[in-house]
Amino acid sequence: MTSAVSVSGLIKSFGRTRALDGLDLTVSTGEVHGFLGPNGAGKTTTIRVLLGLLRADSGGVRLLDGDPWRDRVALHRRLAYVPGDVTLWPNLSGGEVIDLLGHLRGGLDQRRRAELLDRFDLDPRKRGRAYSKGNRQKVALVAALASRAELLILDEPTSGLDPLMEETFRQVIREGAAEGRTVLLSSHILAEVEALCDRVSIIRGGRTVETGSLGQLRHLTRTTVTAELIGPPDTLGALPGVHDLHVDGGRVHCQVDNDALNPLLRRLTDVGVRSLVSQPPTLEELFLRHYGAVTDWPRSGEAR
Amino acid sequence: MNAITGTATLVRLALRRERVRLPIWVAAPALLVALQAANIASTYPAEEDRIAATRLLAANPGLRLLRGPAANSSLGALTFSDAFWIIAVLAALMSVWVVVRHTRQDEESGRGEMIASAAVGPYASLAAAVGVAVTADLVLAGLTALGLVVSGLPVAGSAATGLAIGASGIAFAGIAAVAVQLASSARTATALSLAALGAAYLLRGIGDALGRVEDDGLTVTSAWPSWLSPLGWAQQVQAFEANKWWLLALPAALATATVAIGVALAGRRDHGLGIFTDPGGPAAAPRSLLSPWGLAWRLQRGVLLGWAVAMVIVGAVVGSLGQQIEDLARNARLVELLTALGGAGVDLSDTFYAALLTLIGAIVAGFPLQAMLRANGEESAGRLEHVLATAVGRTRWIAGHITCAVVGTLVLLLVLGGVAGLGDGLVTGEPAARLITLSAAALVQAPAILVLTGAAVAAIAFLPRSAGAVVWAGLTVAILLGPIGGVVDLPGAVRDLSPFTHVPPAPAADIPAAPLLALLALAALLTTAGLIRFAHRDLALPA
Ligand SMILES: Nc1ncnc2c1ncn2[C@@H]1O[C@H](COP(=O)(O)OP(=O)(O)OP(=O)(O)O)[C@@H](O)[C@H]1O
Ligand SMILES: [Mg+2]
Repeated sequence: MTSAVSVSGLIKSFGRTRALDGLDLTVSTGEVHGFLGPNGAGKTTTIRVLLGLLRADSGGVRLLDGDPWRDRVALHRRLAYVPGDVTLWPNLSGGEVIDLLGHLRGGLDQRRRAELLDRFDLDPRKRGRAYSKGNRQKVALVAALASRAELLILDEPTSGLDPLMEETFRQVIREGAAEGRTVLLSSHILAEVEALCDRVSIIRGGRTVETGSLGQLRHLTRTTVTAELIGPPDTLGALPGVHDLHVDGGRVHCQVDNDALNPLLRRLTDVGVRSLVSQPPTLEELFLRHYGAVTDWPRSGEAR
Repeated sequence: MNAITGTATLVRLALRRERVRLPIWVAAPALLVALQAANIASTYPAEEDRIAATRLLAANPGLRLLRGPAANSSLGALTFSDAFWIIAVLAALMSVWVVVRHTRQDEESGRGEMIASAAVGPYASLAAAVGVAVTADLVLAGLTALGLVVSGLPVAGSAATGLAIGASGIAFAGIAAVAVQLASSARTATALSLAALGAAYLLRGIGDALGRVEDDGLTVTSAWPSWLSPLGWAQQVQAFEANKWWLLALPAALATATVAIGVALAGRRDHGLGIFTDPGGPAAAPRSLLSPWGLAWRLQRGVLLGWAVAMVIVGAVVGSLGQQIEDLARNARLVELLTALGGAGVDLSDTFYAALLTLIGAIVAGFPLQAMLRANGEESAGRLEHVLATAVGRTRWIAGHITCAVVGTLVLLLVLGGVAGLGDGLVTGEPAARLITLSAAALVQAPAILVLTGAAVAAIAFLPRSAGAVVWAGLTVAILLGPIGGVVDLPGAVRDLSPFTHVPPAPAADIPAAPLLALLALAALLTTAGLIRFAHRDLALPA
C-alpha cells in the first residue's frame, strides 16, 4: 500500500514555541484520515508544512511521493485545500473565487461545480464581504470539491456549517472516497470523524499520541461493566486491569482494560451472573482521555 | 416610548466612543485655518504681493477649478480662498464618517442590534448620529472663527468663514443621512456620500473655472454650475468681502430636507440592510481574472484609478501654472524655493516644472508602495494561503503585484507629465513638443520611485509583519532627505542617501543616463533580494 502523506519526526518551531515536536502521520492512498487534537495541538501547522507554506525544521515529510517544499507547485496540481479560517476577497463574488481557485489548481469540473452549488445551497453571486462564516466555508469547499484533485486536505471544514449542510458535506466526502480520493480531515466534531474516517491520528502538544482505526483505538480503552451477581464476589480488586471498582452486595460496577476483560468475566460467572451490562467506551471518552492528561495512557507505538 | 427615545443616551455613547478621534477631526482643521492665515500674512505682507497672488488665482482656470474663485486681495479674502476649498471638504468628510459609523457600521458590527433591541426608538440612532455630526460641525465653525479672530482678522469675516465651513459639513451630514438608508452596506454608504462630495466639488470647480473675471482682475463671478453645489453656496458667502450671510440658509435647508428624507426612508428599510440591495457580482469569473496576474490587477486597479484621477487634476493645475510663473518672477523667495526643491535652470517655468515634478514624483511613490503593501496584506489576512495552495509559485504570485506597481507607476507619471505638457503647450502654442518634453521629465522620476518599490519588495520579504511601518518610514525619510532636504539645506552627503536626490532636474537640465541606470540597478538588486527571500521563507499567515 502506498502513502499519500507520510510524516515522521516532524519538528517545527515558531521562535521559542515548539509547535510540532516529532510528529508522525501516515495517510494511505484512498483512505479518509481523521486528524484530531485539542486547540493548539499543531494540526494547522502540520497541514501548512504539507502544503509547502511553512518549511519543516527537521523530520521527514513526503506528500504524493514528492517533497512538499521543493515540489510544491507540481504537487498542488494534484491536491485541493480548504483552510480552517476562510477569508475571502471582499469584492470578489463567490463564483469568481471558485473559478479562480479551480483554474489556478489546474481545472474545474463545471458540471460538478453546478451540482455542488446546488447541494450546498450556495449563492455564487454574493460578494466575499457579504457571506456569513458558514457560507465562506462553503465557497472554499465547493472550490476544492469541484476540482479533480486526488488528495483533499481539509482543516476543520465544517466548523461553521449547519447540521443539514454537515450532512451534505458527509455525503460528498463519501462520494469522493468512493471515487478513490484520499482525504486528510482535521476536525473537532467527533460524530463527523466517526461517520467518515477509516483511520484517525490524535496529536497533542505537537506529537502523535494515537493512530489507528477507530476499532483499534476502542480496543485500547476500558469497558464499563455493570453486573448483578447471585452472591457477593470476592477480591475482584486484586485482579489486574480492573479500575474504579464499586461493590454493593451483589452489584458490581467497574471499568476494565480490554485485555483484562476475560479474567474478570470468568471470575464473575464463577459467582453466578444474574444480569450483565458491558459498555464499550464512547468516542467522547476516548478523545477526552487524550485531550486531557496523556501521561497515564500508552503511546500508540507500544500498544499496537 | 417615542420614535427617538434614547437619543440622548446614544449621543453620550457616541461621544464616549469618539472621545479621541472626534476632537482631532474638529481641532485639526481649525488649527490648519489659523496656520494658513498666519502664513498668508507673513508671505504677502505688502498689498502688491497680495494683488499679484490674487491675480494669479483669478486668471488661472485650473487654479479656480481646484480652489474656487478669487474675491479681492485683502488678507481675509486670501485666507478664505486659501482655506475654504480644502477645509470644507474635511468638514464634509468628518460628517460622513460620523453618520455612517454610528448608523450602518454599527448595524454591521452587531453593536446596533444590541442597541435596537434595547429601549430606544426606531429613529434614535439616526438622530444621534446626525446630532453628533452637526454639533461637531458647529464646534469646528466656532473654533475656526476663534482662530481667525485671534490671528487679527475682522470678526464678521471670521465668523462667516467658520460658518461657511460648518455649513458645508452640515449639508453632508444630511446627504450621508440619506446615503445610509439607500446603500446596501456601510462601505457603499460611504462611497455614495463621497461620490456626492466629489460631484459637489467638481460642480463648484467647473462653475468657478468657467466664471468671468471682472475688469479689476481680482474678482471672479462664478458660472451657474457653482450654484448647484453645497460647497459652491458656502464658498459664495465670500467671507471678509461680501459676507453674504443669507447664503448659509441654502446648505441649512438642504440639510433639513435630506434629514427629513433620511427619516422617511429609515422607516422603510430593515435593520442592517439598505433600500437598495447589493446586486451581487457575477456567478462565474471572467477569463481575465483566472491568473495570478489577473487577480493582482483586480485587487490593484481601483487604487490605481484613484491615483490616475488625482494625477490628471494635479497635472492640469501644474500645467496651467507654469507659464504664469513668469509673472511671479519678481518674488525672489519663490524662485529660491523652486531652485532648492530641485529646479536649476535659466528658464523659470522649466525650473518650476523640474521642482514640482520632483516633489510630485516623490508623492507618486506612494502608489507602488501601497500596491506592495496590498500584496503584504493578502499574506497577513490569510487570503494568500488559498492562492499558494494551488499550483501557483510564490515568485509568479508576487510578480503579478510587482508588475501592477511598476506599470502603474509609469502610467501615473505619463498621465502627470502628459496632462501638464498639454496644458502648458496650449498656452505656449506647441502642445505636441511640450507634451513630449514634460512626459519625459515626469518619467525621469521613475528610477528613484522604483528603488523605493524594490525596497518595499525586500521589506515584505524580509520583515512581513512590520512591512507597513518600514515602508512608510522609508518614503518619509526619502522625501525629507531628498526634495525637502534641498529646501532646509541638509549637507550633500546626507541628501545623497535619498534616491530622489539623484534624479536630474528635467526639463530644466539635460538627462544624464548614468545616475538613472545606477538607480535602476539598485532597484533590480533590491527586488531580486526580496524575490529570493520570499521564495524561501515561511509564509507569515495568521496563526
Ligand atoms: N505563525 C505562528 N507564529 C507563532 N506561533 C504559531 C504560529 N502558528 C502557530 N503557532 C503556534 O503553534 C501551535 C500550534 O498551532 P496550530 O494552529 O497548528 O494548532 P491547531 O491544532 O490547528 O489548533 P486549532 O484546533 O485551534 O485550530 C500553537 O501553540 C500556536 O500558537
Ligand atoms: Mg487549526
